[in-house]
Amino acid sequence: MTSPLTLHNGETCAAGEVPLLAAAEFREEVLQAVEGGRRIAALFGRPAGGDRVRLAAVLANGAEGTLALTSADVEKSFHSLTPDCPQAHLFEREIAEQFGLVPEGHPWMKPVRFPRGGAAVTDFFRVRGEEVHEVAVGPVHAGVIEPGHFRFQCHGEEVFHLEISLGYQHRGVERAMIEGREARRIHLIETLAGDTSIGHAMAYARAMEALSGARVPARAQALRGIALELERLANHTGDLAALANDVGYLPTASYGGRIRGDFLNLTALLCGSRFGRGLVRPGGVRFDLDPTRAAELVERLDAATRDVGEAVNLLWETPSVMARFEETGSISREVCEQLGLVGPAARACGVGRDVRHEFPYGIYRFFQIPMSTWETGDVFARAHVRWLEIQRSIPFIREQVKALPEGPARADAAHPLEAGRLCVSLVEGWRGEICHVAMTDAAGRLAAYKIVDPSFHNWTGLAMALRGQQISDFPLCNKSFNLSYCGHDL
Amino acid sequence: MFDVLLARWNQGHRTVGFPASPPALPDRFRGRPEVDPSKCPAGCRDCAEACPTGAVRFDGPSPQERPHACPPLVWRGRTTDDPGGESPLVVRPRHTDGGPASGRAGEEEGEVRGGGPGVQIDLGRCLFCTDCVDACPQGSIAYTTDHRLATRAREDLIARPGEVLKLAAALDEKARRLFGRSLKLRQVSAGGCNACEADVNVLNTVVFDLGRFGIQFVASPRHADGLLVTGPVTDNMRLALRKTWEAVPAPKIAIAVGACAISGGPYVDHPEVHNGASCEVPIDLYIPGCPPHPVTILDGLLRLLGRLDAK
Repeated sequence: MTSPLTLHNGETCAAGEVPLLAAAEFREEVLQAVEGGRRIAALFGRPAGGDRVRLAAVLANGAEGTLALTSADVEKSFHSLTPDCPQAHLFEREIAEQFGLVPEGHPWMKPVRFPRGGAAVTDFFRVRGEEVHEVAVGPVHAGVIEPGHFRFQCHGEEVFHLEISLGYQHRGVERAMIEGREARRIHLIETLAGDTSIGHAMAYARAMEALSGARVPARAQALRGIALELERLANHTGDLAALANDVGYLPTASYGGRIRGDFLNLTALLCGSRFGRGLVRPGGVRFDLDPTRAAELVERLDAATRDVGEAVNLLWETPSVMARFEETGSISREVCEQLGLVGPAARACGVGRDVRHEFPYGIYRFFQIPMSTWETGDVFARAHVRWLEIQRSIPFIREQVKALPEGPARADAAHPLEAGRLCVSLVEGWRGEICHVAMTDAAGRLAAYKIVDPSFHNWTGLAMALRGQQISDFPLCNKSFNLSYCGHDL
Repeated sequence: MFDVLLARWNQGHRTVGFPASPPALPDRFRGRPEVDPSKCPAGCRDCAEACPTGAVRFDGPSPQERPHACPPLVWRGRTTDDPGGESPLVVRPRHTDGGPASGRAGEEEGEVRGGGPGVQIDLGRCLFCTDCVDACPQGSIAYTTDHRLATRAREDLIARPGEVLKLAAALDEKARRLFGRSLKLRQVSAGGCNACEADVNVLNTVVFDLGRFGIQFVASPRHADGLLVTGPVTDNMRLALRKTWEAVPAPKIAIAVGACAISGGPYVDHPEVHNGASCEVPIDLYIPGCPPHPVTILDGLLRLLGRLDAK
């Protein structure tokens, strides 16, 4: 068996260098890699001529900081990995849906995004028996949030099983990345999960820079780091406020909702948009941070830091909040590893997964943020990890603003993409690992673009967290993950 | 307990002065664009070519633009009524005050009235990304920090050189009597990326305190006076949007927030989407942006209710 090709984050290789195995060997290779501590960062297919589909796997090893790549051609069907490797389940369903392939032996063969339209209705798993009842929620929910369908199998208040059916947000992002106009690509990337504009734009920009051999100025790297951590601060603060709201603790809910806006407004100070639209572009950033603006940013950051500390610490001191947070929606470390969870959800299970540490990129190669983990895997752990990360992102931003490298904020000219290359670009967004895989054809055009939002890994985690819980704790558990619907549906 | 009171004291009063005083916006905020065709070299179309969504155009629809026809909605093997057509059950408020006609579903993309010479920007498609500014060394296009962008008619979103944007007029008196002091809205995200949703939601925080205007988001369409739609209306959300609209008791209003809900935004003409909310609901208020700033949304809502000066 050939050894798989290994890359570092943001490195490129010739597309032809990726080993092409027989389907059975590919399966064995992936299983062995996962057994040996690797994790499926991406598993996807692309047309390989005729009825053939080329499956490719990106297998991440955090301890080594390497990404192993392997591939195989299949036709009509292939032997499913899922029975032996549960984290492959949604990837295989996606491949089946996109190419009409049959993953033989897949235990949960259902649609993912319903790309051929129509109402997203599937045959939900059903528990039958006396006093068992079913609760259906969505796609239109009670709050101002995105659509998705949740189907609960309950026994009284207790949830036996939760099935999550998504796809309502499918807008054809990956297809348009290849077929659509080039001028539109960055805007699809910035809106594919609009609360993670900076995270996804960074992953895309780094892939394009690697494929074109562009050098990104140090100043741009630092400014991207500042923007990414501001995005994390805003969202983590908003999540903590929303968690407080879901347990009826209004002081933190109302202060936090406001302080989240203070962080968003710092991003707007930098680039005019609260969501960082228009900031990150291949080659650098479009807005520089002049000294006056930098001073204002630090001053306002200091004020927000005081406020967020006071608002969030009220949570941990309030017994009625802690009673709802602790031992609610627990996930064991074992389940976390089996499902391949990422981001704060994984770190809350004591699993140290953080792209900034394991696969450092850009500014994170030179400045490290301590990784924040907690052991209990419950709502409290997911809240507390967010709070730890807030406290660690703030000094990082201060340090970057203080020691901003001199020079331009954007490389001079755009270079064309090199032909026949492949790049894997990982970024630690606020929800976790963002993975973009880009490949060019012989003419230097984009031939494949795969996007894995952290939510794609984590939605099943939410379903597992609900088992054995009270159905009334669903909003709380859901918010403790706060996953993206459109990032999943693309 | 002491900590809670101390925190309450420290956190202070944080509600913005808007609308009584002008909003504080960052200097790099990208609001209403202004075009100066006198700077344009003859025949130059660089801005229109750079525009990702075909919002920048010369004398009518851009060459990238194709009219989008919504196919009939098929559900459980049956074809339902004409999309966007008025259901006989729906009683809609009539705009009899001589104000702009509400943008009905019939007013589709492409029915843009022929303008004078020079560059025009369709704010309904504009992402405020300034790719057009980057493409124009002459500086014919500039984005101002003017946050006021909401209009009542789709065609009023076309920004033409030398013309003042026709901002949203208030509902007629009868509708204002119904909704002016208490407007309950049901929000539907139909493919929205969570940025419009987030900046609509933020209106509920102490910063904007939407409740002081009598506007509230409610959980059920049955409790609502209207819908606020975000997203380009994906094919997979179309039926849900239709059913939610039908569940709102008449008379009712509909508001489209963001480039996606107005025109499809960055997803315009994708086969997976229907180029905005007007494929399913007749829109009474258009609030452009990607996403619109919360102040832009609030400005639009208050104009609709006649609670801001028409200026």
